[in-house]
Amino acid sequence: MLKRFGTSALAVLTVLGACSGAWASAAGGAIKNPAANWQHLWDEMLLDITIIGVVFALIIIYLLIRYRRTQPDQEGNPPVLSLAAQHAWVLIPVFLFMADDLFLAARGWNLWNDYRSVPAGSYEVELKAQMWSFNFKHPNGVEESGTLHVEAGKPVVVRMTSADVVHSMFIPDFKVKEDSMPGRVTYLWFYPEKSGEHVITCAEYCGMMHSGMHGKVIAMPKDQFQAWADAEKAKIATANAEGGKS
Amino acid sequence: MSAPAQAGFGKVLKEWIFTCDHKRVGILYLIGSLAAFLVAGLMAMLIRVELSSVGPTLTANPGTYNVWLYFHGAAMILGFQIPALTGFLANYLIPLQIGAKDVAFPRLNALSLWLFWMGIVLALLTFVIPDPPDFMWTAYPPYSIISSGNTAFYTFTVLIMGFASIAGGVNLITTIIYMRAPGMTWSKLNMFVWCTFAAFIVQLIFVPVLGTAVTMLTFDKYLGTTFFSPGSGGDVLLYQNLFWFYSHPAVYVILLPFLGIVFDVVATFARNRVFNYKAAVYGAIAVALMSGEVWIHHLYASGMPDWIRIGMMISTILISVPVGVMMISLVGTLYRGAIDFKSPMLWALGCMFLFLIGGLTGIPNAMSAIDLHIHDTHFVVAHFHYVMAVAGTFAVMAGVTYLFPKMFGKMCNEGISKLGFVVTFIGANVTFFSMFFVGLQGMPRRYFDYQQFPQFQGLNQLITVGAFIMALGFLIVLISWIHALVAGKKAVDNPWGSRSLEWTTSTPPGPGNWAEVPDCTNFDPYGYGSNK
Repeated sequence: MLKRFGTSALAVLTVLGACSGAWASAAGGAIKNPAANWQHLWDEMLLDITIIGVVFALIIIYLLIRYRRTQPDQEGNPPVLSLAAQHAWVLIPVFLFMADDLFLAARGWNLWNDYRSVPAGSYEVELKAQMWSFNFKHPNGVEESGTLHVEAGKPVVVRMTSADVVHSMFIPDFKVKEDSMPGRVTYLWFYPEKSGEHVITCAEYCGMMHSGMHGKVIAMPKDQFQAWADAEKAKIATANAEGGKS
Repeated sequence: MSAPAQAGFGKVLKEWIFTCDHKRVGILYLIGSLAAFLVAGLMAMLIRVELSSVGPTLTANPGTYNVWLYFHGAAMILGFQIPALTGFLANYLIPLQIGAKDVAFPRLNALSLWLFWMGIVLALLTFVIPDPPDFMWTAYPPYSIISSGNTAFYTFTVLIMGFASIAGGVNLITTIIYMRAPGMTWSKLNMFVWCTFAAFIVQLIFVPVLGTAVTMLTFDKYLGTTFFSPGSGGDVLLYQNLFWFYSHPAVYVILLPFLGIVFDVVATFARNRVFNYKAAVYGAIAVALMSGEVWIHHLYASGMPDWIRIGMMISTILISVPVGVMMISLVGTLYRGAIDFKSPMLWALGCMFLFLIGGLTGIPNAMSAIDLHIHDTHFVVAHFHYVMAVAGTFAVMAGVTYLFPKMFGKMCNEGISKLGFVVTFIGANVTFFSMFFVGLQGMPRRYFDYQQFPQFQGLNQLITVGAFIMALGFLIVLISWIHALVAGKKAVDNPWGSRSLEWTTSTPPGPGNWAEVPDCTNFDPYGYGSNK
């Protein structure tokens, strides 16, 4: 009994610890990459559910071996639970499960806040999804479809809507997705810390070519990105000028 | 010689078609739901073959593949799982377990059965009509409104099935409340009766909401209303909220009866009392009460307000508490039992194992922040197959194998049955455990192709191999049933040595179940052992 109490007390302390951790980390100024924190919380939670699963499975296997029937007409010898024991068998597990649940919920809430709080000074892109492409618009007016060029080392926020049906912008490498739909503007943000290419893919069923709706985030060093953006803008200017002439 | 045999067959057929006997209604539910299971299972095989390589494999037309997916999901949930658990098992078992001669409204029961069969026929016509629905069982607008797939067809199938389950729910709730045998108090009910009672209440509250949602969808598509059309003041997310307001509780309509039958099978084969029975009953009621407060976890990535995504993250995680209490009762039922590993027990234990993995992998899905990565990926597909789809199927298998001697008076061959279980169990785990990994790496669900992720081909092939092993397992099970019907040994009245009331009837039970209504004053469905 004392041992059980000890475990519960430990769990409660862990919850309190997690909450205070959340408050402490909110004070920090650096950009917290949700993808990195996702991995951290995932590892923690995987350990948690693995322990619960293994403990349950081992208990079941032990009981199955220990209490297998040896004579054909053998019957069980069920324990008689006192009223106190009946309540204890509910209250103690409920207390333990809730402690673990609330601990995980607090950690999840903390990470959720990271996912939903866009850092100041993020690079803001508009997305208009349609069957079956991702169409991005940069702040300087440059538009591109499928690919999204961004600057490495700067957080990117995508404000999104859809031209037709519900789509979902999913970037597995950045562990983030959000649906885009007509009539609402939703958002997600991600933090491409290094240059590289990352698949964007549609995660909400949108008809025939749903699985063919994909593209890439291309994160480039600052100067290269600037050169790309300027070149693209110049192309628009040239096209406009030529359009004006004709 | 042949003429009298034919007349005999015609008479039997007529008896079955016009039957109001709850046992026959139950068996007819079983046949209908198995038909849906077989066709939807075939669709699963086609899906797996298609995904076994990058690029088109079986068909070059994604539209065809999408119809397979639609049919697999819709038929497995609405045509197999819910009817097999709340139609077949509930109809067959509940009157027998509470000591009633039949259900409260036998004719209404026949009506719900034939409505269900109409739904099954309509669903199967998907493969005949020129414009089969291709918008998945969820039918989210705007796609389901602009799709060339037949939305009305989907709506009518759902409405007919829904009407059948409302009628069935009213009937069995009334039966449980008013038709218990003398002395059969609420605290003597089998776990299956309690769990199904809770499931039917959930069903009655939430099915009308699904009916409303799909009706509004049809109005939008064919009659020009704009409930879900933002261009004219409607809202896309309204449908998703209405749909999941029903469809998440529907998961508990499946979960509760399947836990109920697993409780009864485990108690019978461990010849033991359900551990802390009252806690398990309150657990089932708590699950039913909480089932309507968690639906936003299907919309974590759908742009709902942050406060409700957090609120329902907490309620979703907390629903593990009553489920955990039920699991402790279930595991505790093994403690100091006398466990016999007959085939129904193996299915029930297999179900417990699958449910354990499925339940625990529900926790990452429940956590909204973690879910932003795994939402709508194969991780979720693996999770819900573990927790509901395959675990539920294992429970149905446990139920059918358990009741087989009572239903047909024949015993299944233990060897074939056990082989079927082992093969299915291996196949299910190869399939769905691998699916966790491919999902975790980012493979979205409902994909015809994955050319952007060529690295997933190996895992997808492993999953396909697992699916074929599982299909082989179910085939062996089917053979064991047919073998038993044709050449099975005659069953005695109570072959498992159960204390539960349904085994006190003759085998198979005649109309009215007992010659006289049983007196349950000194009855205890779990009264095993020396210290009763």
